[in-house]
Amino acid sequence: MIRVELPNVLCSYTNDKPTLVLEGSCRTVGEALSALGRKSPGAFERIMDESGDVRRHVNIFLNGENIRFLGGLGTSVPNDATIMVLAAVSGG
Amino acid sequence: MATATHSRNRRKARGTSAKKAATTRAKTARKASAKAASPRRAAAEALLLVGTMKGAFIFRADKSRRKWKMEGPHFRGEAVYALLHDTRGGRSRTFASATSMHWGPTLRISDDVGATWSSPERQSVKFPEGSGRALAQIWQITPGRATEPDVFYCGVEPSALFESRDAGESWRPNEGLLNHEHQPKWQPGGGGLCLHTIVLDPKNTRRMLVAMSTGGVYRSDDGGKTWRPRNVGVRAEFNPNKYPEFGQCVHKVVQHPSRPGRLFLQNHWGLYRSDDWGDNWLDIANGVPSDFGFAMQMHPHDPDTVYIVPIEADIFRATPEAKLRVYRTRDAGSSWQPLSRGLPQSDAYENVLRDALSADSFDPAGIYFGTRSGKLYGSRDEGATWTEIADGLPPIVCVKTGTVSAA
Repeated sequence: MIRVELPNVLCSYTNDKPTLVLEGSCRTVGEALSALGRKSPGAFERIMDESGDVRRHVNIFLNGENIRFLGGLGTSVPNDATIMVLAAVSGG
Repeated sequence: MATATHSRNRRKARGTSAKKAATTRAKTARKASAKAASPRRAAAEALLLVGTMKGAFIFRADKSRRKWKMEGPHFRGEAVYALLHDTRGGRSRTFASATSMHWGPTLRISDDVGATWSSPERQSVKFPEGSGRALAQIWQITPGRATEPDVFYCGVEPSALFESRDAGESWRPNEGLLNHEHQPKWQPGGGGLCLHTIVLDPKNTRRMLVAMSTGGVYRSDDGGKTWRPRNVGVRAEFNPNKYPEFGQCVHKVVQHPSRPGRLFLQNHWGLYRSDDWGDNWLDIANGVPSDFGFAMQMHPHDPDTVYIVPIEADIFRATPEAKLRVYRTRDAGSSWQPLSRGLPQSDAYENVLRDALSADSFDPAGIYFGTRSGKLYGSRDEGATWTEIADGLPPIVCVKTGTVSAA
């Protein structure tokens, strides 16, 4: 089971749920985000652009570690992992 | 001598008669345009749509346009580069491109002039899978022809053209431009690689023109299937070859619908006019303090009148001599005159971006512009005098006009 925690601003795409639980196995963060996309296409399109990259000012943490400093979308996901999506410090 | 005098007189007579003919043409076009632009003018309320780096603001005024009431910000914290209010087909539909720095761009639609906005779950404007490109920004939303009320176009970054045939609900990219052989060589300008200008032939549905920074002007004569660069005479100061076939950094192109083959162009260095749909461009920087600039706006009723805001240089993007001046030509670029009454004439280091200068459809026309420093100015008398409508807004990137029927 993988938990995906989303910021409030994306909850309008998840029936106001701040956390989604992904059943089944996902080997990588990329696979987990694709599974998220099947549950909530709206949230997925705000996190990822259409070329398949994580948006530049979005950070994704796997068990508290930013995946940019791990293996990116290819980072392996252990069982019972928590993926947290957060806006970067940039903004207007 | 007698022959020379006679010849001079003939030239003078020809000049006078040509001038009269031009004035008559302009008056006729003005009347027709004013009538077509605002058939319900008596009942109309004026709208100013202002896009900023931190949201959109909507200003409303009665037809006198003396007092403006501000609403907003809409889309707080999001950059709004493109706005449009369209009344074709019996609709009153407003479009806004709102880009969150974090979560990307979304095209929003309102059918009640901004009281409520659509919040689509899925992005309606996006590149096809496998194209390797991702939408960064929508720079322009342009209505289709009067005869095609459900057609709209979007110009986007990275440079591409999208088309909707269902009043903006769904969009598809123009394949001819998406896969153009020049596409890999188009380079980003300071604002990004964007297709920011879309000009339609109002009668010939197969002809349209787009402009990109950089890339230059491209025209299609076959309904958008193929596109040819149309940059002959337009210079590229930043290029070893100053007159390449394409790659110019064109900032804006405008056209009057009563004379669609004639185009005016504000370049990254250079002011031009074309009399043949962009086949050739003539330098018309006659009497301007700088031919660098971004914004350019056609007069709504007079095909000889165009407005610009000259900027000192690309390395110093501020109004020349620290004076905020709009320049206007009333003779299709043969001469330009400054319009400064009511605008700051000292210590004004301002910049007006490419979509931040606009005109309404009233008669006399209202002219409006916004600065990067967040000041919004308006003129109710075609630029003769100016008043400040708002100050302290976030950096203004877009100013558009519209009318709604008064409640």
